[in-house]
Amino acid sequence: MKDLYAWAAIGLIILASTTGNVLLSYSMKRVGDVGELWKRRGVLAVIGRVLATPTFALGLMAMGVAFYSLLFGLSWGNLSLVVPASASLTFVANAVAARIFLHERVGRRRWIAALLVACGVVLMAV
Amino acid sequence: MTFRKYLVLAGITVFSTVGDSLLARGMKDVGSISLHNLSGLLLAVLNPWVAAGILLLLAFFACYMSALSWADLTYVLPATSLAYVLVALIGHFRLQEEISPTRWLGIALIAAGVGFVAAGPSVTPSHQRQTSQNTSRDTVSQEVES
Repeated sequence: MKDLYAWAAIGLIILASTTGNVLLSYSMKRVGDVGELWKRRGVLAVIGRVLATPTFALGLMAMGVAFYSLLFGLSWGNLSLVVPASASLTFVANAVAARIFLHERVGRRRWIAALLVACGVVLMAV
Repeated sequence: MTFRKYLVLAGITVFSTVGDSLLARGMKDVGSISLHNLSGLLLAVLNPWVAAGILLLLAFFACYMSALSWADLTYVLPATSLAYVLVALIGHFRLQEEISPTRWLGIALIAAGVGFVAAGPSVTPSHQRQTSQNTSRDTVSQEVES
């Protein structure tokens, strides 16, 4: 039963952090290159425009949910299961989500990279 | 990709690694916080290690948001995974921790993955974003050719 809870937490971490990353990436693409904006309008304009993007707050909330799911997952499962399982699967889930929702061009190069990094993260934690 | 943008990507790796280790160092002093005593969580900020860790994690978040404003999510994320490598290397060279062959293999795989992405284009042009769903097969083959 504890295993089931741990995997439920892992699923929630992956879902929440992928949602958060997609929302934050979408918000920042709408804001545009912050380096350019900073040069033209100053740092306050950058902060103002980021905070005025509604999806940014949603993305932050999703990241918060992911963080608390990680804390709950750690109280139910082993550190050596929860952290590598959620971190590595998040890389793959993010690549899929970025392709579907952000229409990023995830070519062969990036698929291979996502898989290599996911395997690497698992091996680092063993 | 300019030199300044690579600096921002390096900032993501370094700030998250150092910030996390400062937080971990500080929380050792603070001790465990129970759910019934959440005020301990607020007081933890007064610990200088924790405060410094939070500052660095804010710097990490600023770098991460900045990178997402000019690069694809699938380009930036692998850079964040370099933090795992940095933690292991700091442990090895500063704290004389032993790194097992499996962990060296993990380090190699992460580094290879990051290299793979970094060598490719950093952002999907916005006009391709609109039409990418119909033409995704073509763009994949284009990328292989280029």
